[in-house]
Amino acid sequence: MKTEWMVMAILLAVLLFRLGRGLAQSTLLSLVQLLLLLSTALSLTGDSTTPLFGGMYLNGPLAAFQKSVLLFAAWMISLLFSDWQRESSHLSEYLILLLSSLLGMCFMVSSGNLLMLYLSLELATIPMAAAANLDLGRKRSSEGAMKLILSSAFSSGVLLFGISWVYGTTGSLDFGVIAKGIDGSPLQTLAFMFLFAAFAFKMSAVPFHLWTADVYQGSPMPVTAYLSVVSKGSMAFVLVNLLHGMFRSMSGAWYHLLMVVVLATLVVGNLFALRQQDIKRFLAFSSIAQVGFILLGMTGVRPLGPSAVTYFVLIYILSNLAAFGVAALVSARTGIEDIPSYKGLAKSNPFLAWMMALSLFSLAGIPPTAGFFAKMFLIVEGAWQGDYWFVVAAAINIAVSLYYYMRIVRLLFSEPEKSIPTLVPAPSERLGLLVCAVGMVLAGLLSWIYDHISTLN
Amino acid sequence: MTEPGLPHLLFIGAALFFIGVFGFLTRRNLITMLMSVELVLNSVCINFVAFNRYLWQERLDGVFITIFIIAIAAAEAAVAIAIIIHLYRSHRTIDVGAAEDMKH
Repeated sequence: MKTEWMVMAILLAVLLFRLGRGLAQSTLLSLVQLLLLLSTALSLTGDSTTPLFGGMYLNGPLAAFQKSVLLFAAWMISLLFSDWQRESSHLSEYLILLLSSLLGMCFMVSSGNLLMLYLSLELATIPMAAAANLDLGRKRSSEGAMKLILSSAFSSGVLLFGISWVYGTTGSLDFGVIAKGIDGSPLQTLAFMFLFAAFAFKMSAVPFHLWTADVYQGSPMPVTAYLSVVSKGSMAFVLVNLLHGMFRSMSGAWYHLLMVVVLATLVVGNLFALRQQDIKRFLAFSSIAQVGFILLGMTGVRPLGPSAVTYFVLIYILSNLAAFGVAALVSARTGIEDIPSYKGLAKSNPFLAWMMALSLFSLAGIPPTAGFFAKMFLIVEGAWQGDYWFVVAAAINIAVSLYYYMRIVRLLFSEPEKSIPTLVPAPSERLGLLVCAVGMVLAGLLSWIYDHISTLN
Repeated sequence: MTEPGLPHLLFIGAALFFIGVFGFLTRRNLITMLMSVELVLNSVCINFVAFNRYLWQERLDGVFITIFIIAIAAAEAAVAIAIIIHLYRSHRTIDVGAAEDMKH
C-alpha cells in the first residue's frame, strides 16, 4: 500500500497548490519531478505483503516491483516533456489527471478481486481521456479524446459482460475462489473471450487496435507517451497475472487464441509501421508490434513468464520514452512531426540524433542494447510450449521491424536538405535522455537486474 | 405461461448487450453511440442481479458490483459528454463522419 499512499500524497499536494495561491509552473513541475523520484526510490525498498480489504488488495514482491516500474516511467515522463508541460496553461490539471491515472494503475496491478480490477481500470482510463483533450485549441486533440473515451467505455462494457459470466459460473469475484471454480466449460470459455477482447482493446492488440494511431496522433506528446508506455505496461502486468493465475487451468484454450492474436498483431503492426510518415503514428504502430511480443511472452505457462514481461516492459519504457522524448523536443521547438523532415538531424544535433538512434536500436532488438535481451527472454518463454514455427514466425517479424527502424536511423545520419537549427535540451530533458540511454545499455549488460526480477516471483 | 426465471433474464441481458453493440457500431451520432454504451452497461447489470438472485443468494457480490457500475457509468458519461461538447465547439457537428481529420 506504500506506493499508493505516496502517489496519493503527491496528488493531494498538487491539488492543494492548485486550490491555494498556487506556485509558478516551473516550481510546481520541479517539485513533482522530485517527489516522483523520491517515491520511486522509496517504493523499491519493498512493501508489506499482507492482503487488505478482505483480499481485494493483494501485494506480492513482483507487484511491488511492477508498481515501481510504473512510477519510474511517470518520473521519466515528467522529466522528458518539460517543454510542453512548462508552456501548457493547464499544468496542474494535467498533473492531477496523470497522477490519478497512475494511482488507478497501481491499484490495478495489485487487485485481488474483479470489482477492484474494474474500479481501478476505470480510474486509470477515464482521466487519460480527459488528458488527451488538453491541447484545447487543436481540433485533432478533441478528436483523439473522443475516440479514446468511446473505445475505452465500450471495451469496459465488454469486460464487464465477461466478468458477469465469470461471476455467474463461479459465484464469486475473488481471484482465488474463481481460480478454483474454473473448469473450462463452454460458458467460461465464452466469458474468457469477452474478458480477453477487452484487454486486447486496452493494449491495442490486433484486431482491436484501430483507435490507437488516431488517439496517439491527436493527443499532446506527454499523454501519448503515457498511453503508450505506462498504460500499456500496466495492462500487460494485469493480463499476465490473470492468464497465469486465474485462468491457468484453461491454458489449453487460451494458448491458441493468444497465438493467433500474437501473429496478427506482429504482422499488422509491422506492415502499417512501414508506411507511416508521421513520427507519432509511426511510434503508435511500432508499439502495436511490441505488444505482440509482450503477448508472445505470456503464451508459455511458466513461473518466469511474468518476470520476462516485467523486464520487457521496463526496457520498453526506457527505449520508447527516449524516442518520444526526442520527438517531443523536436516537435515543440521546430514543429516538425513528419519523418522525412528528420533528415540530417545528426549534423546539427548529434546528441538528439544519437539518442533517437540508440532507442530505435533498442526497440528493434539489436544486441548490445537491452532490447535484444528483453525480446530474447520473451521468445524463450514462448518457445516453451514447443511450437517452434510460431516462434520462428515471430522472430522473422523482428527482421521486418529492423527495416523500418533502420530507415529512420539512416535518415538521421544522411546529408540534410534543409538545415535543422541546433536545439538545446533543457537540463531535465537532458537528464531524462541520459537516464534512458544508460538504462538501455546497462540493463542489458548487467545480468543481475533480470536475475533480481526473476527471484521476485 | 411459465414463471419468468433465470434463462429469461439472461436472454434479456444478452439481447440488450448485442443491441448496444450493434448500435455502437452502426450509429454515426456521438450521443447515440454513448447511449449504446449505456445499454451495454445496463445489460451487464441485469446479468449480475439475475445471477445473484437465482444462483448465489448467500452473498451480495452481484448487487454491489451493479451499484459500482451505475456510479462509474455516470462518471464516464460526464467525461464523454464534456469531450463531445468540446468537439462540437470546434467542429460544429457531433457526427463521427465529420471528425475524421486523421487518416490511417
